[in-house]
Amino acid sequence: MSEVPAQTAHWNRQDFPAAAREMLENSQTRKNVQHATNVIQAKRNKVTAEMPDWEDLREAGAQVRAHALRHLDYYLTQFEANCTRAGGHVHWASDAVEANRIILGLVQQHQAKEVIKIKTMTSEEIGLNAHLEANGVRPVETDLAELIIQLGKDRPSHFVVPALHMNRQQVRAMFQREMNLPDLGDRPEDLATAARTYLREKFLRVKVAISGGNFLIADSGGICITESEGNGRMCLTLPDVLISIVGIEKVIPSFRDLEVFLQTLPRSATGERMNPYNSTWCGVHPGDGPKEFHVVLLDNGRSPILADKEARQTLQCIRCAACLNACPVYHQTGGHAYESVYAGPIGAILTPQLHSMGEGRSLPYASSLCGACYQVCPVKINIPEVLIHLRGKVVREDQATFAGKFSLWNIGMQAAAFLFKDASRLAMAERIGQIGQKPLVSKNGFIEWLPLMLNGWTQTRDLKAMPAQSFRDWWAKEKAPQANSSQRNEMGHDG
Amino acid sequence: MRVSLFITCYNDALFPETGKAVVSVLERLGHEIEFRPEQTCCGQMHWNTGYLREAVPIIRHFVQVYRDAEMVVIPSSSCVSMMRDHYIKAAEMEGDARLVTEIESLLPRIYEFSEFLVRKLGVEDVGAAYPHKVTYHASCHSMRSLHLGDIPIRLLKQVRGLDLQPIQNMQECCGFGGTFSIKNADVSSAMLADKVRNVLNTGAEVCTAVDNSCLMHLYGSLHRQRTFVRTAHLAEILASGHAGAKVEEVRA
Repeated sequence: MSEVPAQTAHWNRQDFPAAAREMLENSQTRKNVQHATNVIQAKRNKVTAEMPDWEDLREAGAQVRAHALRHLDYYLTQFEANCTRAGGHVHWASDAVEANRIILGLVQQHQAKEVIKIKTMTSEEIGLNAHLEANGVRPVETDLAELIIQLGKDRPSHFVVPALHMNRQQVRAMFQREMNLPDLGDRPEDLATAARTYLREKFLRVKVAISGGNFLIADSGGICITESEGNGRMCLTLPDVLISIVGIEKVIPSFRDLEVFLQTLPRSATGERMNPYNSTWCGVHPGDGPKEFHVVLLDNGRSPILADKEARQTLQCIRCAACLNACPVYHQTGGHAYESVYAGPIGAILTPQLHSMGEGRSLPYASSLCGACYQVCPVKINIPEVLIHLRGKVVREDQATFAGKFSLWNIGMQAAAFLFKDASRLAMAERIGQIGQKPLVSKNGFIEWLPLMLNGWTQTRDLKAMPAQSFRDWWAKEKAPQANSSQRNEMGHDG
Repeated sequence: MRVSLFITCYNDALFPETGKAVVSVLERLGHEIEFRPEQTCCGQMHWNTGYLREAVPIIRHFVQVYRDAEMVVIPSSSCVSMMRDHYIKAAEMEGDARLVTEIESLLPRIYEFSEFLVRKLGVEDVGAAYPHKVTYHASCHSMRSLHLGDIPIRLLKQVRGLDLQPIQNMQECCGFGGTFSIKNADVSSAMLADKVRNVLNTGAEVCTAVDNSCLMHLYGSLHRQRTFVRTAHLAEILASGHAGAKVEEVRA
């Protein structure tokens, strides 16, 4: 059995600024991403605005998820007991290697050479497909967009619409090539028919299915999946064996809690009022559905996130991708720039944590902190707050290294902190700046070129030069003589 | 009312006209203005870039300078949001309970400039005249942290001669984000390009906002492209062209 690296949620080629620069060159992708996110975002805004209790639902969702996370051990144990009682088998996987080994083992037990899959981000996180393929098992994605990604040997760029960076013509060309259908048309129904024909044969023949899970329901031991194509329900009901791999954070206390998320998830994700298919299943039942049912509960870096009280809310995520659709950074780059299974604002906080900051160190900086993600999040994850917390970690770790002590950023920021502690130092620095900037100032009074790390600014923007008189100088000259005489005595500042 | 100004570090060094405009508007409304030269910066740049420890002494300094102020007015929504959203957290991180208490007592006395006019003073017409086509950029912090809503727009609508032009995607970030514009210069430029296109599409001569940080970013591109569009802080527009009318008359 060949093993894949334990940490595969990060694609690990280059940092965000470099990957983003590459993506910005691709005007077709940018156009596709902007169009798709605008459409989804507009639908989302419409269907959330029509809910008078939307803010209450967000609050309820946040509370349920936060509560479940605070008592995660309790609810997971309860889930395990109830799932087992219903005839399911629960496996615990501490990392990607272990999860892959468990799943491959189950597939091999049933001598399956092919498995069908309903889109699961956890399987992407652990690199399951690569692991199965390396061991002679062919995984077939049945979600239309995932199938497009798989056949096109591409990578998903969005949670809910993984192929949103591609347009219809691109999909058609790929289908023509990969499915050997030279005469395929480009109407949506042509493409859907081609995919349906391709998949139907798999649904009827393949005996093992692999799914993810939107929610683990502790009080019943059940799992819930919401989807819109019905392929999921095919996977969940037709095969003999069903293996579901779900992150441990996905547990909710009770079946009743679904009420909240079945309202907020579809509206946030696709702007639909309800998902066409909401499946919940529990154990095995003779003559109905799979004969054998396994759940793999995946940790893979989640426990340390849970232990960090500043960042714990990251695990509240229900993967609706509303934050991606709302994010102006994501609008420009699409998901590939994040070099991670988890893209967009939530990816920017989740990926580096799953990897103890390792390769995702540039991701907490992939945001202007505009707050659009927090505003739309149906479980109120304060993503900007977590981004800042993680930036703090990056800086601390960087400052502790030898090279970090000499980095221009660290030196510059420490120097600025020194100036900002004392007004006379700041005033002095302003004066030095007014004089020091002179060689950089053009005749028009603007700075058109800055050196070193500041150069990024002047590649597309001019910078107004500092005027000769600061506000504090103006005040001291024009206002202070009259204003301060009466006020200063009673102040007693110690700044 | 005695109003203490906090002139943010970049307003002090780069946009002194904004501070002067705030002084002029508030004085005309009959308030006593003071500026405390010991003031420096709110600490936002350090905090948002991840230099959390380095931000704390700056925060402490701000609190020391202003703790006895009756009212603090700040012409920058992002600095006010730094204070409201992060100061207590920073003090807690330091384990400084006294600082937490001081911040809790100071925060209700801190106002962003337009918020102070409308929410605190109940003034929407400050007697300004500004005969130009203007568009308004709603900065992220003004919307999502301070929830200013249409406050700046209501102020602009009372300005004589001002022709307010609506902008598309008003809610989308201009891409500045402090050090984001340097650390992710390419994405920031791409966001800026979209925003500038929307500004130009309005046909306005002037783009205004309650944050000079966004305006510095927008103007950086508007100037590089040699467009005719200028930027002006809302305070500068509100300080313009008073016809000598007394505020009481204007309000009535």
